[in-house]
Amino acid sequence: MIQVNAMGDACPIPVVKTKNAIKELGEAGGVVETRVDNEIAVQNLTKMANQKGYGVKSEKLGENEFQVTMTVGAGAAPIPEDEPAVCAVPASHGKNIVAVVSAGVMGTGDDKLGTALLKGFLYALGQQDVLPRTILFYNGGAAVTCEGSASLEDLKSLEAQGVEIMTCGTCLDFYGLKDKLAVGEVTNMYAIVEKMTGADLIVRP
Amino acid sequence: MEEKLVFCKGGGCTAKLGAGVLERVLSRLPKGPADPELLIGFDSRDDAAVYRVSADTAIVQTLDFFPPMVDDPYTFGKIAATNALSDIYAMGGEVKTALNIVCFPEKMDLNVLGEIMRGGSEKVIEAGGTLVGGHSIADDSVKYGLSVMGTVHPDHIWPNNQGKPGDRLILTKRLGVGIVCTANRVGEASQDAMDAAVDSMTTLNKYAAGCCRGYDIHACTDVTGFSFLGHLHEMLDGRLSCRVHAKAVPVIPQALNYADEFLLTAAGQRNRNHTGPYVRFEGIPFAMEEVLFDPQTAGGLLIALDPEEAPRLLADLLAIGAPAAIVGEITDRQEAEITVTND
Repeated sequence: MIQVNAMGDACPIPVVKTKNAIKELGEAGGVVETRVDNEIAVQNLTKMANQKGYGVKSEKLGENEFQVTMTVGAGAAPIPEDEPAVCAVPASHGKNIVAVVSAGVMGTGDDKLGTALLKGFLYALGQQDVLPRTILFYNGGAAVTCEGSASLEDLKSLEAQGVEIMTCGTCLDFYGLKDKLAVGEVTNMYAIVEKMTGADLIVRP
Repeated sequence: MEEKLVFCKGGGCTAKLGAGVLERVLSRLPKGPADPELLIGFDSRDDAAVYRVSADTAIVQTLDFFPPMVDDPYTFGKIAATNALSDIYAMGGEVKTALNIVCFPEKMDLNVLGEIMRGGSEKVIEAGGTLVGGHSIADDSVKYGLSVMGTVHPDHIWPNNQGKPGDRLILTKRLGVGIVCTANRVGEASQDAMDAAVDSMTTLNKYAAGCCRGYDIHACTDVTGFSFLGHLHEMLDGRLSCRVHAKAVPVIPQALNYADEFLLTAAGQRNRNHTGPYVRFEGIPFAMEEVLFDPQTAGGLLIALDPEEAPRLLADLLAIGAPAAIVGEITDRQEAEITVTND
């Protein structure tokens, strides 16, 4: 396995460095791990891997750190059709959409209707061509990610498609739901603010 | 020049901010009261503004600058000026005056700056304009460009989005200069390819625009950072569609080889992210897709006009040596806004 550090490198340098590493692997093939600091570089590397038929997956290690792992040559696993290279091509075509669910209902009026609307909203959200990158749940919204919620299946499907599901920890505590969380992760106010200020578009049911 | 220019870090139009990011900012700006004399402003997504000062004269105002995309400062100056002047031509205007915009590190050899500005002023003169001043800032990296003023008759402005179904699309320069410059930056471009790219980037759109004068131009834009497909998408205005014939599109041939080597820019990928959803590729090789998303520095004009006039304009363009071609046609709105076929 060869590790390539392309942090701080502008395109096409990450690709050039990775190609050199692949050459070094020789005929036996193997694995090349490339670290880059931006998502566009991840996309360009993924594009190359897909064209060349290398196995590829990528993960986000931190705010500005990504790792792209390519499996090349003899040992190369075929790219599974149903595994869309994780975060490689962002679900939202690069636009950072954050959905915010702050109540267990959608809209004001009848709560029974509001509950049904929210379930419909989360289902429809998962059917869009452009998915949000993150869905935040807080206050009354915290219950939507917990056991007994009618939307768990839809949220699990969103999560499987790479959407981050984050629920406010303070809210889970307050409502005594701490052990009931059934999908996604627990988050804090700092992260909630960061996600919201970093969004291109905030969507609220 | 002994000093190898460390300033070239992949500039030109590859340095442009992505269209998506930009739209987000622009859409939030406060708008003052509408001025009836402002014929073209922000809203039409044109790069230049057109302002009517009398019944027969409007001024065209534009500005463009960027970091170097080639190592030679004189060539960089010419390219940056050719690119900045282009917006005037894309409107159907004539260049009158230009102001230099310069960012330059205090510690760098001033002869480098002299060479950049010499290249720029030569192009302004060739354009028939006068360089009348400028503004310079000490900065960590070199950037250069022009603010240009031109004139146009208010009744003869070429809009960038008034194409009609049936119109033919003509492109006046070859695509691929972004990829070639990127390959050059990592030492992979051949001299021939680089010569072709520089030749293209230093050719004023003045001559192509001159050919267009006798014709009824429905829409015209210059192909720059947002790529051929990106500017075409803007031209279609959300109400039209078009077919592009990939094999007719003029391309610097080596750009396809470099694209197959994945010598691609970040800006090209941003273009794909932004415009890709509007495009349907029908059997187009990967390299050609990349060329169609390639950010162009000082690219050619993309013109929409009547199908009967198109062959005559094409003949005029070919006669002045432009590598022009009819690359597609506008249609009524279809499911896919842009369909690229491999013919």
